[in-house]
Amino acid sequence: MSSTTATAHGHATHAGHHELGFVQTYIFSRDHKMIARQFLFLGLFMMILGGLLALVVRWQLAWPETAVPGLGGILKETSGILEPSTYNMAFTMHATIMIFFVIMPILAGCFGNFCIPLMLGARDMAFPVLNMLSIWTTASAGVIMLVGFFVPGGHAAAGWTSYAPLSAVPSYTGTNWGQNIWCISLFIMGIGSMMGSINYVTTVINMRAPGMKLFRMPLVVWSLFITAILLLLAMPVLTSGVAMLLFDRTLGTSWFRPSGGGEPLLWQHLFWYFGHPEVYILILPAMGIASEILPVFARKPIFGYHAMAFSMIGIAFLSWIVYGHHMFVSGMNPALGMAFTVTTMIIAVPSAIKTFNWLGTLWGGSIRFTVPMLNALAFVSMFVIGGLSGIFMASTPVDIFIQDTYFIVAHIHYVVFGGSIFGAFAAIYYWFPKMFGRMTNPLLGHLHFWPTFVFFNLTFFPMHIIGVGGQMRRIYNPMQYEFLQHQQHWNVFITVSALCLGVAQIPFVINFFWSLFAGQKAPLNPWNANTLEWSAPSPPPHLNWGATLPTVYRGPYEYNAPESREDFLPQWQAPVRAGAPRH
Amino acid sequence: MSPTLLEAPPAGVRANGRTPPPARPTGGGDDHEGEPGPRRPVMANAQLATMFVIAAETMFFAGLIFSFLILRVGAAVWPPPLQPRLPLGMTAVNTLVLLASSAVMVRAVRALGAGDRAAVLARLGGAAGLGALFLTVQGFEWARLIRFGLTVSSGAYGATFYTLIGAHAAHVGFALTWLAVAWILAARGRVDARQPAALKACAMYWHFVVALWPVIWVSVYLV
Repeated sequence: MSSTTATAHGHATHAGHHELGFVQTYIFSRDHKMIARQFLFLGLFMMILGGLLALVVRWQLAWPETAVPGLGGILKETSGILEPSTYNMAFTMHATIMIFFVIMPILAGCFGNFCIPLMLGARDMAFPVLNMLSIWTTASAGVIMLVGFFVPGGHAAAGWTSYAPLSAVPSYTGTNWGQNIWCISLFIMGIGSMMGSINYVTTVINMRAPGMKLFRMPLVVWSLFITAILLLLAMPVLTSGVAMLLFDRTLGTSWFRPSGGGEPLLWQHLFWYFGHPEVYILILPAMGIASEILPVFARKPIFGYHAMAFSMIGIAFLSWIVYGHHMFVSGMNPALGMAFTVTTMIIAVPSAIKTFNWLGTLWGGSIRFTVPMLNALAFVSMFVIGGLSGIFMASTPVDIFIQDTYFIVAHIHYVVFGGSIFGAFAAIYYWFPKMFGRMTNPLLGHLHFWPTFVFFNLTFFPMHIIGVGGQMRRIYNPMQYEFLQHQQHWNVFITVSALCLGVAQIPFVINFFWSLFAGQKAPLNPWNANTLEWSAPSPPPHLNWGATLPTVYRGPYEYNAPESREDFLPQWQAPVRAGAPRH
Repeated sequence: MSPTLLEAPPAGVRANGRTPPPARPTGGGDDHEGEPGPRRPVMANAQLATMFVIAAETMFFAGLIFSFLILRVGAAVWPPPLQPRLPLGMTAVNTLVLLASSAVMVRAVRALGAGDRAAVLARLGGAAGLGALFLTVQGFEWARLIRFGLTVSSGAYGATFYTLIGAHAAHVGFALTWLAVAWILAARGRVDARQPAALKACAMYWHFVVALWPVIWVSVYLV
């Protein structure tokens, strides 16, 4: 509560009294920017782990039942060869880590915390202590998730979707404590995400600077606001589901076990009722990030600001009534399946509005191909491919054919890697100067972007082909089926590309840490952008601005406006008008 | 979006009359206007946040209640044979106890508005006492049911009963802790008629857990 009155204190003059110890500055910090950095480091660390798990999975698919290099020391009994149970664990944990501990912490956790107060002209979040609890709850959930690798029986192995009864009966997957830990970790993560999202929503509604009306908010803040509402309403459903699953496994309840009168299909309903909004939780912030970066580097206003905001609201609303499209083969009434097909296809409309508006923004602009811009363009183009393959699967007859094949694996990776991860890279390159006060190296940035873009497509596009060819998702060894053997060369190709994709991340790691300590000092507004965060010092001090908060006079995308001599007109710059009171 | 496309032409200008001045590229956002004034918050942060907590909790309980109803409707016989029936009379009285605590809470907030700290403390204590009484009676009912052989592992009947009622009891417990914090704040004068948000937020959450109970009671005990 005290933060609402923080504006009155004139903190700049008190800077000397704000010296905090190491622990309060770097570990139990209540500063939204430090919390954002903590989320970023959590996400990047987990991304390395999740990426390595993906490579382990790919190795097994290309060269089945051969020793995985580097795993000889870990899997001693099999001298590095993956057993089916270990393989199941690897793909389960790859997806779980990437979704819950990489994309959500980086996009919603890091950039939500960093952008919302800075871009709205607030000194901090509405509840700084709650914010600190949110990162530490999420980090604890991450640690608990990692502990699962070391318990007897291994980690959860029922897929990230953890369908019952496979997940509800320990003997089916052979994992006992692993699956329990999976449930406990996601339960705790749900609490952490709730703390974060009530903070975001309250901050957006109540803490905006003077003049920052709702329809003057940058689109990335709109996207994070909508994401927070989705998180707030979707995560509790998963939380209730994992609680039931945990009780089934540990207390002997019968929510999902038919032996006691339970219903296994119930899990799918609960999971996907959460799961489909979750997909938009993963993509909406990336959409906002692209909407932020494209106008800056095309030097043009965003095309259709209101349409962009309302289409995100439309997507968020529709995301609640489409979840059944994950369950077309679950024995659902065909009439209901038809309804879900229609609602799913309707989502293409707001998505297309956004895509055409991005293209309209680029049209006729003076485009600057900086590293953040390239990543944002990759987001737009890859999201189109991922979105279009989504429409294939929205159609029930097509879905029944490609259900649980590599086609869905290709689709989800085009959306969450091609979409969310390119969005995350774009955001990291774009806000790095403000976040850490130093510029990233553009050469290393290009060395990271181009191989990543090429090998991303070489890795995931062929999955459409082998998926239509019939290769099942989560299959241990495709060579055991005669009808899949003729396309094994694709599996080898994909794995080699995936290894190259992994190697392509090395320039990013070098760039990140080199720039962190030795990068060129960042000026106040290196990209000549309009939004409020660029009016604060780089990096912004605790409480962001000096004695006075910025005042907002216009929308966030006034590039090449006729009333300005520069090609940009920041939100905080007072209009020059005869007789107008000066700020 | 150009405002001239959407807005009616000003009075006295026909649609095919004078050419309107060219629209200024607004680059997102809306009309330009004079000096922006300070904003007034919609509602105190704490109350706003509590509203969203309640929204999230509603989804959590919706997950549990609908899952229960799906199992309940799908079962051939409910309650299953050889299982104890749930006690109706005692829990009906208990429901009234919990509803009464909400009424006392309303009067506590009213007393805060009137600046009567002693009444605030007494009524908060009353609400907490009624809540604690509710939990105690629930505990005795659970003990009785367990003695009759209804346990968490006796099929969907026991599982859904204990999960749902237990989840609600846990929330009442949490709300009681929150109430205790609000009581301490009120006793120390940190909450008063000028800064009522902390107590009002607590009251909102209390009303939520109270209002949740009749829904659960009707679906679990009555239907």
